[in-house]
Amino acid sequence: MKMKTLAAMALAGTMAAAPAMAELVIPDLSYRTGPYAAGGTPFSDGYQDYFNLLNARDGGIGGEPVRIVECETGYNTEKGVECYESTKGEGALIYQPLSTGITYQLIPKATADNIPIHTMGYGRTSAANGEVFNWVFNYPANYWDAASVMVNYLLEENGGDLGGKKIALVYHNSAYGKEPIRTLESLSAQHGFTLSQLAVDHPGQEQKSQWLQIRRERPDYVLMWGWGVMNQVAVQEAANINFPMENFIGNWWAGAEHDVTPAGAAANGYKSLNMNRVDADLPVFAEIKTLVHDAGNAAGDGSNLGSVLYTRGMYAAMLAAEAIAKAQEIHGVSAITPAQLRDGMEALEITEARMAELGMAKIGPEFSVSCQDHGGTGLGIVQQWDAGAGKWVALTDYIAPDNAVTDPLVKEDSMAFASENNIEPGCL
Amino acid sequence: MSADFLYGIEVIINGLMAGVLYALVALGFVLIFKASGIFNYAQGVMALFAALTLVGIMEGQVPFSHLINAIFGTEVHHFGWEVPALLAIAFTVLIMIGFAWAVQHFVFRHLVGQEPIILFMATIGLAYFLEGVGDLMWGSDIKTLALGLPQGGSLVVEEWTAGLGGDDFYGFFIDKLDMIATIVAILLVASLIIFAQYTKQGRAMRAVADDHQAALSVGISLNFIWVLVWSLAGIVALVAGVMWGAKSGVQFSLSLIALKALPVLMLGGFTSIPGAIVGGLIIGVGEKLFEYTIGAPYLGGATENWFAYMLALIFLVFRPQGLFGEKIIERV
Repeated sequence: MKMKTLAAMALAGTMAAAPAMAELVIPDLSYRTGPYAAGGTPFSDGYQDYFNLLNARDGGIGGEPVRIVECETGYNTEKGVECYESTKGEGALIYQPLSTGITYQLIPKATADNIPIHTMGYGRTSAANGEVFNWVFNYPANYWDAASVMVNYLLEENGGDLGGKKIALVYHNSAYGKEPIRTLESLSAQHGFTLSQLAVDHPGQEQKSQWLQIRRERPDYVLMWGWGVMNQVAVQEAANINFPMENFIGNWWAGAEHDVTPAGAAANGYKSLNMNRVDADLPVFAEIKTLVHDAGNAAGDGSNLGSVLYTRGMYAAMLAAEAIAKAQEIHGVSAITPAQLRDGMEALEITEARMAELGMAKIGPEFSVSCQDHGGTGLGIVQQWDAGAGKWVALTDYIAPDNAVTDPLVKEDSMAFASENNIEPGCL
Repeated sequence: MSADFLYGIEVIINGLMAGVLYALVALGFVLIFKASGIFNYAQGVMALFAALTLVGIMEGQVPFSHLINAIFGTEVHHFGWEVPALLAIAFTVLIMIGFAWAVQHFVFRHLVGQEPIILFMATIGLAYFLEGVGDLMWGSDIKTLALGLPQGGSLVVEEWTAGLGGDDFYGFFIDKLDMIATIVAILLVASLIIFAQYTKQGRAMRAVADDHQAALSVGISLNFIWVLVWSLAGIVALVAGVMWGAKSGVQFSLSLIALKALPVLMLGGFTSIPGAIVGGLIIGVGEKLFEYTIGAPYLGGATENWFAYMLALIFLVFRPQGLFGEKIIERV
């Protein structure tokens, strides 16, 4: 009798679990612990909260609930690969590793497993060539776009002429930090500015030598490719040597609130790029607050809502959700596969009307993706830290990169990758 | 004088200041190793934990608030008060003493007589445990250390020295925070020496460091002495955490400052307080001078981390016990 009861319960359990097979599984390779947690936590909160909002408000996407599988990487490449291996079997649809190091390791694996990767504004820049990197997407912008947008902004500041100017690049001494060097070298040759490169070793807690060098060489501008503690220390050291903060520009991974708050008022005027607009009054945040946070389903403690990296994580989730909806539309099924999602990503079109409809008007630029172009438009804005108000203020509208410079670099690098890996470029 | 020469002097001065900060971390290692033979892998995490605790107390943060809220569905984060810095430092010291007692009571008391590698492994476990507890207690966000410590280059020094060179020399840059760190380090080392030389507990600590068995035979409690040295290491960790945390905000990368102490220990020896200081200064000056003269101009920069270890290795080859370490003579 007992056995029968148990068997009936097991059957009931299986039946109850059956709909779970049709869930849309989204792994979140987060890092809420370790030296880079301050950046990883808000991004992950935003990423998860948006999917939680879709579950609460719309019952998921196209009628299918989203199930988030979180795995802690600690921003450690080996752990990131372990997370990938341990979650892909759950029916993972898409990966957003939030680490260039992890991305480089996952590119061959995900390609072999036919699972798309979205590396939004990070990862391997030449993955923008969709004919070589069929399964990797880095829209709406990549590192080389960022470098070009920075230079275009400086051109605008200097009446279109950077000839004779001295620009220093302070970069994290890693694959990530070295990404913009090629583009900046090309732009340096094109526009006649002198580029000096200052590497900072992981984690970047000690940067005295680099900033003494900057003090000696007196560059007109300092650009930064930093992450983690490197950002906070760099902002403090720049203030220490009285470097004009308005001439110090970080990339979009060096422009969050926590990058500047430790330096207090001294950080006032520091600038950074952003690939998305920051606006705490976006209607979507009110919805998240009501339907997710107040309902007790927040991914974190709710304190990051509306911050730079929370907004970016939410933006990343929105782009994934829109691609899922597009894939459902293309294939006429709600329970899509990773390969079908890839088709949705290649057909993705983000318009101002759609962003407004989603309660996040102008959060990012309009762009569309194609088989050939997985990189989007590459637009970025320049924002400035207002220490008094304690917030980032957008200084510009979206600035376009110089595609004449970045496109050939993308082509060259991706074709070299294709040649090394015996890839025949083409659409799937 | 040429600007290059003057900037070389500036690099040496700043190297000395950086060396003081490295020495502050190395001191904690030396204290524990000298008294108990344990290489405390957790020293860097202790610096992080102490600084996190200090900020948490100052800001009136409820410890373990995320855990409490998750279990009980509450929304508590702050007590609603702020604690003055000095009082918060006193509370933090008490917590570090409590931590020292707990470490001795729950871990090392049970490992007496074990091989050094076992004790080392225990400190690795302790490091990760403490990092996790710190995260649970105070959260992983970056905290601003509002102790009012001065930051930025000293304008007085800059203006006084600007005339030493030509137009391309802008005066010496010396960070005010580094000056404070140097003064604090001097006071700390002087206090430690006075404590070790002129107090009963200090003499007992030295006796244990010299010979455990002999110290036991004259009635010195090893348990007490080990709690004492872990407490002192905790206080040193607090000072190091404050000085490093003032630069970057208090965040989890602080635990990695231990990496800066290792070459200092290799060079200065694991058992000498003066060794930690002199080792720190040599490493600080050596790595900065190498970066200035060779690393940045010829090797693409970022040489400081590996050069510090290479310098320490060279010293190790010629003097394995370190500059001030005790020479090991084993007679058969």
